[in-house]
Amino acid sequence: MKITGEKVDQLAKLARLSFEGEEKEAIRNDLENILEMCEKLNEVDTNGVEPLIYMTDNVNVLRNDEVKQEITHEEALKNAPKKDSDFFRVPKVIGQQND
Amino acid sequence: MKSYNRISEIQADLQSGHISCLDLVRSYLENIRLNSHLNAFLEVWEEEALRRAAQTDENIRAGKMQKLSGVVIALKDVLAYKNHKVSASSKILEGFESLYSATAVQRLEDAGAIFIGRTNCDEFAMGASNENSAFGPVLNAADETRVPGGSSGGSAVAVQAGMCHVALGTDTGGSIRQPASFTGVYGLKPTYGAVSRWGLLAYASSFDQIGSFCRSVEDIEWIYNCIAGPDDQDSTVSVNHKTLPFEKGSGKYHFAVMEEAIHHPGLNEDVRSMIKTAIANLEKAGHRVSYFRFPLLEYMVPAYYVITTAEASSNLSRYSGLLYGKRSTAAVDLESTFVASRTEGFGTEVKRRIMLGTFVLSSDYYDAYYKKALQVRALIRQKTLEILDGCDAILIPTTSSPAFKIGEKAKDPIAMYLADLFTVQANLAGVPAISVPFGKSSENLPMGLQLITGLFEEQKLFALSETLMSVAE
Repeated sequence: MKITGEKVDQLAKLARLSFEGEEKEAIRNDLENILEMCEKLNEVDTNGVEPLIYMTDNVNVLRNDEVKQEITHEEALKNAPKKDSDFFRVPKVIGQQND
Repeated sequence: MKSYNRISEIQADLQSGHISCLDLVRSYLENIRLNSHLNAFLEVWEEEALRRAAQTDENIRAGKMQKLSGVVIALKDVLAYKNHKVSASSKILEGFESLYSATAVQRLEDAGAIFIGRTNCDEFAMGASNENSAFGPVLNAADETRVPGGSSGGSAVAVQAGMCHVALGTDTGGSIRQPASFTGVYGLKPTYGAVSRWGLLAYASSFDQIGSFCRSVEDIEWIYNCIAGPDDQDSTVSVNHKTLPFEKGSGKYHFAVMEEAIHHPGLNEDVRSMIKTAIANLEKAGHRVSYFRFPLLEYMVPAYYVITTAEASSNLSRYSGLLYGKRSTAAVDLESTFVASRTEGFGTEVKRRIMLGTFVLSSDYYDAYYKKALQVRALIRQKTLEILDGCDAILIPTTSSPAFKIGEKAKDPIAMYLADLFTVQANLAGVPAISVPFGKSSENLPMGLQLITGLFEEQKLFALSETLMSVAE
């Protein structure tokens, strides 16, 4: 699978990452090589094989719907990179130009 | 301080008053200091460990010996421990302290264990050499120019060099067994669904399992029995199956050897001669050894990388710079908060896997890569279970060579991925597997052999591990 610089940009946008210059060429090259290794899978005849999605045979494992205080308001904010006494602080989201 | 291989010996000496728990913890702390250049620990919880040791001594004097009293344990830096830092060896979790303990960690603590610190690993458990840590590589104590394996390299070295008695690790594609093999200790990956993943920082959720590094099979079993079992916080822990009991019976077992593994062109000669010795000695002792063909071997690593990177790209989307962890100083709006925080916070290998996973999940390629890999996984699982139905255990090398040199594979992701060649099968199939320290190479490096049994057949796995080690020279 040929990976173009454009494809790298498109994937990076989806993954919320950014690659510039040498790093971009390196990731392009790595993706191409790794995908080539993965394309070996096409040699395996998988006609009629159901994809394996669930690793256990558990179905609908439910627990009682009980209200529990697992963490406090203060604890929830403990690891916030920016906060005030009540809320997570984030850069302004509404009212700016977005593409 | 005497070097202990068994929890039972430690507890007997504590019970008789021959040693104190405080002295024991002090001796591990001394070893941590002496070996600090190995970079096995990211943080040592010295004061807490000493305090808990003093409490343990008091409890034992009062006649209260618990299941894990006096057992000093290190935690891989992907396991949450309440009010302690956990970072997955990544800059993106800078300063993060967990609000709760992983179920496995909580169960060990409740049984009286003492936690001595958190260990270095590959960032988000992605790697086979511990060179992908944001906090530098870990060195192998058997030869400091070599890697300890990965991703749980710090945990392996902590046990290898006597810096703790037991260490917890996690195994997604070999991250416990491969470093165990490289460092000469025992390492177990349990059946998928045997141990709760609650509090384990996820890499690939349908593969990840928590297991331990120990110095004896007896301890591996002891720790497994403490951490396994249903948990309200993880619905993938089996509710239909429990670890199956195993009767030792005649004590004569049937080991099945994968032809493609022992004839693999990439297999190191010392490893080949070790497994041949094991086979000959098992037969001499009256066990049966048969051979099977497994043409799917060469598709295991590709299937593993497609599926695990897909799961990783999804799991790691939670690191956004919004609610916890690192936020870039370049964040000026929502988009740059995500992009700059993630680009600065994640290392090269993590980004590589997120990008690969994003690719295989993208709508144009989903069927050709992701779905295809899930189908191949289904075949691998089915064939593996068929082989296991016809024998007691699969016997293969854990790794194709002893520990490689630091830097040797760092520039070539595919060479590094192939370090998982013999270990990914157990994760793809969900079955339990163990690496036992069976031999030494001509350069005196540790080499492990791997045993794989059927789903929830951990008890059988432990019994056969003892059998295998009884024929080691």
